[in-house]
Amino acid sequence: MTVTPPGPPAGPGGGPDGARSGSGRPSWLTAGFLAPALALLAVLVVYPIFYTVWRSLRDADGHFAGLRNYGAMFTSDATLTAIKNNAIWLLVAPTVVTALGLVFAVLTERVRWATAFKLVVFMPMAISSLAAGIIFTLVYTDDPDRGLANAALVGVHGVFSPSAGYSGARPRDPSLLADAPGGGLRTARTYQPGETAALALVGVRAADLPNGAADAVAATPAAGTLAGTVWFDFVRGGGGRPGVIDPGEKGLPKVVVQAVSGGTGSGGPGGGSVVATVRTDDRGAFAFTGLAPGSYSLQLPASNFAEPFTGFTWLGPTLVTWAIIGAYVWMWSGFAMVLIAAGLSAIPREALEAARVDGGTEWQVFRKVTVPLLAPVLVVVLITLMINVMKIFDLVITLAPQSSQDDANVLALEMWRVSFGGGHDQGLGSALGVFLFVLVLPAMIFNIRRFRREAR
Amino acid sequence: MRHTMTFATRLTAAAAGLALALAGCGGSSTSPGGGATTTPAGVSLPDLTGQKLEVAAVWTGAEQAGIAAVLDAFSAKTHATVKYTATGDDIATVLGTRIKGGQPPDVAFLPQPGLLNELASDGSLKPVDADVAAAVDANYAPIWKTLGTVKGTLYGVWFKAANKSTVWYRTAAFDQAGVQPPASWDDLLKGAQTIADSGTTPVSVGGADGWTLTDWFENVYLRSAGPAKYDQLAKHQIPWTDASVKTALGVLAQLWGKKGLVVPGALQTDFPTSVTQVFSASPKGAIVFEGDFVAGVIASETKAKVGTDANFFDFPSVNGSPASVVGGGDVATALKSSPGAQALLRFLASPEAATIWAKRGGYTSVNKNVDLAAYPDDTSRKIAKALVGSGDAFRFDMSDLAPAGFGGTPGGGEWKILQDFLANPTNVDGTATKLEAAASAVKFPT
Repeated sequence: MTVTPPGPPAGPGGGPDGARSGSGRPSWLTAGFLAPALALLAVLVVYPIFYTVWRSLRDADGHFAGLRNYGAMFTSDATLTAIKNNAIWLLVAPTVVTALGLVFAVLTERVRWATAFKLVVFMPMAISSLAAGIIFTLVYTDDPDRGLANAALVGVHGVFSPSAGYSGARPRDPSLLADAPGGGLRTARTYQPGETAALALVGVRAADLPNGAADAVAATPAAGTLAGTVWFDFVRGGGGRPGVIDPGEKGLPKVVVQAVSGGTGSGGPGGGSVVATVRTDDRGAFAFTGLAPGSYSLQLPASNFAEPFTGFTWLGPTLVTWAIIGAYVWMWSGFAMVLIAAGLSAIPREALEAARVDGGTEWQVFRKVTVPLLAPVLVVVLITLMINVMKIFDLVITLAPQSSQDDANVLALEMWRVSFGGGHDQGLGSALGVFLFVLVLPAMIFNIRRFRREAR
Repeated sequence: MRHTMTFATRLTAAAAGLALALAGCGGSSTSPGGGATTTPAGVSLPDLTGQKLEVAAVWTGAEQAGIAAVLDAFSAKTHATVKYTATGDDIATVLGTRIKGGQPPDVAFLPQPGLLNELASDGSLKPVDADVAAAVDANYAPIWKTLGTVKGTLYGVWFKAANKSTVWYRTAAFDQAGVQPPASWDDLLKGAQTIADSGTTPVSVGGADGWTLTDWFENVYLRSAGPAKYDQLAKHQIPWTDASVKTALGVLAQLWGKKGLVVPGALQTDFPTSVTQVFSASPKGAIVFEGDFVAGVIASETKAKVGTDANFFDFPSVNGSPASVVGGGDVATALKSSPGAQALLRFLASPEAATIWAKRGGYTSVNKNVDLAAYPDDTSRKIAKALVGSGDAFRFDMSDLAPAGFGGTPGGGEWKILQDFLANPTNVDGTATKLEAAASAVKFPT
C-alpha cells in the first residue's frame, strides 16, 4: 500500500504552471524550437511517403505506368499469399503474445523469484530479430540429431511407441514379392507345407540391422513345415547373385511373417485370412509348423517396414508460417509481460482485496476485476504488436528456407523481394509499400486518438 | 569478325616476337643494360623500378595469400611496387565508384563475364597489348580468348577458374556397394540404385539453396544438348520450352524422381549440410554434386580426408556426350594504360605465374601449359585436368550469365521453379513452361 503524498500533480499540461508556459511564449520561439524536429520529420517521413506514392505510379525503368503496378500487385499469387499470411499473423501473433504476457505477468506476481523469471522471459527482447531467426533455424532443423524441436518430439514419441522397423527395405524383385492389399509385402506365388521360401529384401539401412544378425542360411525342406528365410540380399562390396543366399549375406531377425490362406496372392484382389504368424530368428529363418494342408501365400506386414518418426518439417510449406509465429511469440512475450506487469502493479490493491473478501475465487477475481482494470494496457500492447506484426520481415527472411519462402511470404518481404531481392522493380515495390502503409494506417489512427483521449 | 581479329593479333604478336618492344610503354624507365630480365620459364618483363601498381580482386584469406605470392614474384622480377586491394564481394560497385572518381586500380580481377562486357562496353577497360595477346594465344584454349574478348577486342586474361562439374562421393559407400565411379549417366543411375540396395540413400541434394539445382540442370543441359544450344539458351535465343530443355529435365527426373535415390528432406537441406551429411561420421548419403569448392567444405566441416575418404568424378556423360565443364573464373583486366598493368597481365598469362599459386593449393588454372605436377594433391590435379581437358567445351554457369531476376533470386525465378521441380519431378512440361514465363519476364543481355 503506497500513499501518494499531497503535492502538485505531475504530467504535461497538468497544472496552472504548465498551462501558462504553453501559451505565454511568442510563436516564433515555438516555431524555432519545433523547426529541427519538423525538418527531420519532413525529410525522413513525409517526403519518403510522397515519393513512394509517386514512385508506385512508375514502372521499373521510371516511366509513368498509371495504376498498372497496383493491378500487377493484386493479380500476383505472391502478393495474395502474402496478404493471407499477414492476416494469419495479425490474428494469431498479437493475441497469443498478449495472452501469454498476461499469464506470465499475473503468475510472476506470486512466485518468489519473480525478478529472475521476468528477466529470463524478457531476455529474448535483447536479441536482434536476425539472431533470433538464426537461433530458431537451429531449433527447427529437420534432423532430430540437430533440431531441438524435432529432437524433443522424437524423444517423447519414442517413449510411447518405440519403433524398430526395417525402414527403407524393399523387395529385391517386386514381381516375386509385391505390395500386399493392406500394406506390407506379399509373395506372388503360394506355398504348401513342405516347401521352402526365400524372401529377398534390399535397401536395409546399416543402422537398422541388429548387431545379433547372423549370416542367412537357406531353409531345409521338412514334411509338414513351411520354412523359409528373410534376408538382406546384398553382399558387401557388391557382386551377390540376386535372389540367392550368397555367403556373407545377413538374415533379418525379428521380421513378422504371416501365412495367409485363401488369398489370391498380391497380384489379385487380395483378401484371405492370416492363419499363422511367426518371427524370424537371428539368421532370418522362420518356420510354420502344423499348418493344415493347402496353399498359403506369405506376407510381411507393414509394421516390419515402419518409418521411424523423425518429427515434422517445421520450415516446409505447410508449417512454415506457424513455426515463424512461434519464434515471434518467444521474442515478444517478454515485452508484453513487462508492460502488463507494470499495468498490474498500478491496479488498486483494494479492489482485488475487496473482491477476495466478498468471496470471489482467484479465477473470478482475475476475470472480473484484474482483466477489466487492465484493459487499457492490454489494448496498448495488442495494438502495438499489431502494427509490429504488419511489418514483420526479418524473422521471415532469416527463418524461411528459399524453397518455402513463397509459402511464408508476407507483404514486407514481398516488397523487398520485388524491389531489391532480384526483382529490381522499385515501382511495384513502392506500390506494395503504399498498400502496407494503408493497412497500418487504421491502427495508427486508433493509437493517436487514444493518446489524445488520455492527454485530455 | 572474331577470326580476323585473332589473325591480326597473331600477326602483330609475331612481329613483336619476344623482343619486347614495349609498344606504347614509353614511360617506363628501362636502362640499356638490364632493361628486360629473362627467367627460365621464358617470361621476360620490363624493369619497372619506381612504378606503383594497384591490383583489386574479391579474394580474401587464403586466396589473398595466393595472389600475394604471385604479385610478390612479379615485384621481384620487375622491381615494381604492387599493392593489393580486396574489394569484398560486391566488386562491381567498388570498381564503378572508383572509375567514376577517376581512381581505378591498374588491374582488376573480375569474377563474371557479364562485368567484363559491361566495363569494356562503357570504355573503362584498356585493351591488352600485342604481347599479352600472344601469351594468351600460346597458353590458352581459344575459348578463353573468346571469353576475354568484347566486340572484337581482347581485354582480359582468365587467371583463375572453378570447375562446377564435379560429383563428390564417399569412397566407403562406393566400396560397400561395390560401385565404381560412373562415366555415364546410365552408370550413375545404376550405381545409385545399387548403393540404395546396399542400404544407403545415395544422392544428397542441397535443394534449400536454389543455385545448387541450377548447377545440376546446367550440367545435364550442357551434356545432353551440347555447347551450341547451351549458348543459345543462356542468351534466351531459344525458349525454355524447347525440346532440349524438356529432355534435360527428363534426364534429371530419372535421378530426382526415382524413389529412394535422393536423401529425404532435400528442400530443407542447404548446401553445406548437403555436403556434411554425406561425409560426416553418421552419413546419410553417398554422393553430392557441386563444384570444386566442395573439397573446401569437406576439409573444414568434416573429418573426412579429401582424396581418400572423399573423392570426385567428372559429371557423367549423357548419351555419350564428350567431356565438357560448367564453371566460373576470374579474368584479369587493365583499367589504366600503364606499362606496369600490361606487364602484369603478361606475367599472369604465363604458366610461371599460375604455377606459383597452383603449388599453394586452392587454385585451378586453365593455362594449358601449367605442369599438372605443380598441384599439391591428386584431387586438385584431377580438377585442373578436367578443366583444361574440356578445351572449348567449357561454359560459364548459365544462371550467373542470366539477369539476377531470373537466375539469382532466392525464392523466385529459376531457383524456385527448379525447387518445385525437385519436389515434383514428373512435371517436366509444366516446369519448362514456368521457366519460359520467368525468363520472358526479365531482359537478357544481347
